[in-house]
Amino acid sequence: MRRSFLSTVKSWSQPRNLVIGVPYLWLLAFFAIPFVIVLKISFSWMQPIQPGYAPLIEWVEETRRLVVSFNFDNYQVLIRESLYVDTFLYSAKVAAVSTFWCLLIGYPMAYAIARSKPSTRNLLLMLIILPFWTSFLLRVYAWVGLLKTNGVINNTLLAMGLIDEPLTLLYTDFAVYVGIVYSYLPFMILPLYSNLEKHDLTLLEAAADLGAGPFKAFFKVTLPLSMPGIVAGCLLVFIPAVGEFVIPSLLGRTDQLMIGTVLSAQFFGARNWPVASAVAIGLLLVLLLPILLFQRYQQRELEASRR
Amino acid sequence: MNDRGLFRKSILGLGLAFLYIPILSMMFFSLNNSRLVTVWDAENSPTLRWYVRLFENEQLLGAAWISIKIAALSASGAAILGTLAGLVLTRFGPFRGRALLSAMTTAPLVMPEVIMGIAMLLLFVALEQMIGWPEGRGLLTITIAHVTFTMAYVTVVVQSRLAGFDDALEEAALDLGAKPVTVFFKITLPLIMPAIVSGWMLAFTLSWDDVVISQFVSGPGSSTLPMEIFSRVRRGVSPDINALATIMVLIVATGVVASTIWMKRQERKRALEEQMARSDTP
Amino acid sequence: MAERVVDRHNEYLRIEGVSKRFGDFVAVDNVSLSIYKGEIFCLLGGSGCGKTTLLRMLAGFETPTSGRILIDGQDMAGIPPYERPVNMMFQSYALFPHMTVTQNVAFGLEQEGVDKHEIRRRVDDMLSIVKLGDFAKRKPHQLSGGQRQRVALARALVKKPKLLLLDEPLGALDKKLREHTQFELINLQEQLGVTFVVVTHDQEEAMTLASRIGVMNKGQIVQVGTPTDIYEFPNSRFVADFIGSVNMFEGKLIEDEPAYVRIGCPELETSVFVSHGISAPPDAQVTVAIRPEKIEMSRTAPASRDENHVTGVVKEIAYMGDLSIYLVRLPSGRLVRVTMPNVERHDERIVWDETVHLSWHPSSPVVLIQ
Repeated sequence: MRRSFLSTVKSWSQPRNLVIGVPYLWLLAFFAIPFVIVLKISFSWMQPIQPGYAPLIEWVEETRRLVVSFNFDNYQVLIRESLYVDTFLYSAKVAAVSTFWCLLIGYPMAYAIARSKPSTRNLLLMLIILPFWTSFLLRVYAWVGLLKTNGVINNTLLAMGLIDEPLTLLYTDFAVYVGIVYSYLPFMILPLYSNLEKHDLTLLEAAADLGAGPFKAFFKVTLPLSMPGIVAGCLLVFIPAVGEFVIPSLLGRTDQLMIGTVLSAQFFGARNWPVASAVAIGLLLVLLLPILLFQRYQQRELEASRR
Repeated sequence: MNDRGLFRKSILGLGLAFLYIPILSMMFFSLNNSRLVTVWDAENSPTLRWYVRLFENEQLLGAAWISIKIAALSASGAAILGTLAGLVLTRFGPFRGRALLSAMTTAPLVMPEVIMGIAMLLLFVALEQMIGWPEGRGLLTITIAHVTFTMAYVTVVVQSRLAGFDDALEEAALDLGAKPVTVFFKITLPLIMPAIVSGWMLAFTLSWDDVVISQFVSGPGSSTLPMEIFSRVRRGVSPDINALATIMVLIVATGVVASTIWMKRQERKRALEEQMARSDTP
Repeated sequence: MAERVVDRHNEYLRIEGVSKRFGDFVAVDNVSLSIYKGEIFCLLGGSGCGKTTLLRMLAGFETPTSGRILIDGQDMAGIPPYERPVNMMFQSYALFPHMTVTQNVAFGLEQEGVDKHEIRRRVDDMLSIVKLGDFAKRKPHQLSGGQRQRVALARALVKKPKLLLLDEPLGALDKKLREHTQFELINLQEQLGVTFVVVTHDQEEAMTLASRIGVMNKGQIVQVGTPTDIYEFPNSRFVADFIGSVNMFEGKLIEDEPAYVRIGCPELETSVFVSHGISAPPDAQVTVAIRPEKIEMSRTAPASRDENHVTGVVKEIAYMGDLSIYLVRLPSGRLVRVTMPNVERHDERIVWDETVHLSWHPSSPVVLIQ
């Protein structure tokens, strides 16, 4: 039941509060408060002049009254217009499918690394992480070159005589899936690897000793034990994927947008900040549960690594 | 175990191919003379003309310089704030509002960037309305936004390093007469420095690479490199970008490979020393 | 181990009614203890008995929920660890990995603001005392386990603390090294005259090192005494069982006189005659405890012992080289543990299934009431 010394030393209340205060205040000011502002503006009326939204509470000099103008219409728009609901659902679907494929590809890779010799493991991890350090944007761009009509894939297939006409690969759902899986693969592999690496291999030996073949041992021992890694990896991919902007912009369909692109369009295109804010809040609410789940996982991982 | 080895090797082979073929293809076609990028112009290629054009492109170079400045500043800010947050969350026991701090340092890791972008833009606009600062948006607002979302990553890295730390080291220092501040600067900080450095580099990369948040909180004249690249590639492929990509990949690859080699050497030296110690007379 | 002379007039550490609660859990329960200058005092107990918590309260890393701690007459309430005249040697040694041996040992002196030359002198002295002079420039990962321990010791002792606290000092060492280090520790302590408080779960360690032992169980001090006291005269079933091995028999007081008592033990089918008096109510239920080495075993019946004598059959023998451990089954079904040095030649020794006579001297048993 040990707790760190710093929590018991009371004479240090002053500098201690300072140390806590600095990051706390920064985050409150630049991370938490902004969301409150978004919430507030989501209830505002749109204003064509700067700043783009009308104040919620205003002291009107002439009538000497406090005017409170809440606009719930922004949220009604969300539900009423099929554009938003459809886009939300589409984004969730794309994110889910991509997460699934990411897991399918990432798990075997993480497993293979975890079961390699310790000396090779670091090399492999470095190879996995290396693309991550190069620009995300450029890596997505690379797929434009591969997937387009006269791109590398089509040219190669045509040259090999496997197809007669170029396939439509770009600006499709498929392209978005590929883009997301490709970009987020390290985020799936790392938590999986970190979990799998800690597995006690003698458990598998015990299972074999008790008569379980390798497949059975995997499904009954390894897979359940790697659940926390799977959950973490999936959350790390799914949540940001729902709100993705760059990938659908470069690779995605033009007839069906994802929520990230719609949000940006409302904001900069239509300049309708209140509605855009409502959409943002809507997206946040949808993602709230997964975000909390992720936070719980992070906490537990940290506790586990402390002695 | 031989078929196990084969299975493993083929999985890894395919996986790594999947990861690297796009990058290699991009690099390959940067030497292509054709404007169409992916249609190989056999007569005039390979060529370095796109690289030459790159260095004459003032817009891109200017944007690159802005990006470097912002990335260096935000990484440093994030390193300081993130380390403090990590320290507080790991070493300071319970305090009022701890759960909120923990949430605020985890959420940015997964939160979609469009949401963070909108939120911070609205903050800056509201602030400008109320107190006149920040005046318009530009380098300052981008830097503040970048610090905010990257510090969470630094916090995670520092937290995990601190968690794996032997508590007894700090207690021993206290026991020997060092005040808590001294303990932090003489014991804790030197030992978490590697984590802070990797946190800094992580924050730098994230900031350098960021498109979405920068787009929301930037202003006229403060275009970052990713923003420039994005506006170009929206319209389709562009050979300049291929050249730029190749340069960046080569820089990063050199850096990562160099640091991995250096770290391996350190590890080997250390393992040798420990082995020697074990065989000494007690 | 020769009994050390303890200066009972110089009470150095005084623990008064100290308790420590973590929520509902009571880790240390109303402990009071006096420790004298120059002694090696061992807190002995199993895991969870509260000994480490007590040690941490002495060092200042935990605050007592109630009670006082006084060191050399000074109340330690509210005094943080870095202001106490106490130093600790941690179980994991806690050597600073980024500093050399010299820097580690010098650390405490630097915090005191001691002059640089003085620091150099004292550090060099201490390193030669612990025989690490040649390793001064090495870093902890370049040292073996035993060397690291000596650095930890040197680092704590160089500050000349009033009290040195040691948390399982020999736990991380292998058996041979442990024995060697035990004696080194004792010599060091005598040489420097520092008062030691050692926490351990290893009885052998406690018996070898300590001038006095405090046995702890469930947060309380169960018995305090010299190793001989604890071993020969345990005050409870817990202590008798915890230290070494023991045979315990339930019984009832038959005769209770000032010079002797007689106890009827159903498992022995004979009465036990103990040649000293005890203080217990008449007809009390008591436990008779006899150590295995105090029981004599032979093929022939002993000459004059009608009481303090039973017969049985040898069921198990464990040969330990210098002695053998025998498990003898009595007619009542009870197994008795007997140890005998291997004095006879191999072929003359007692073997399995032999019927043997067990007997003991009337002064050997200890009568336990609690």
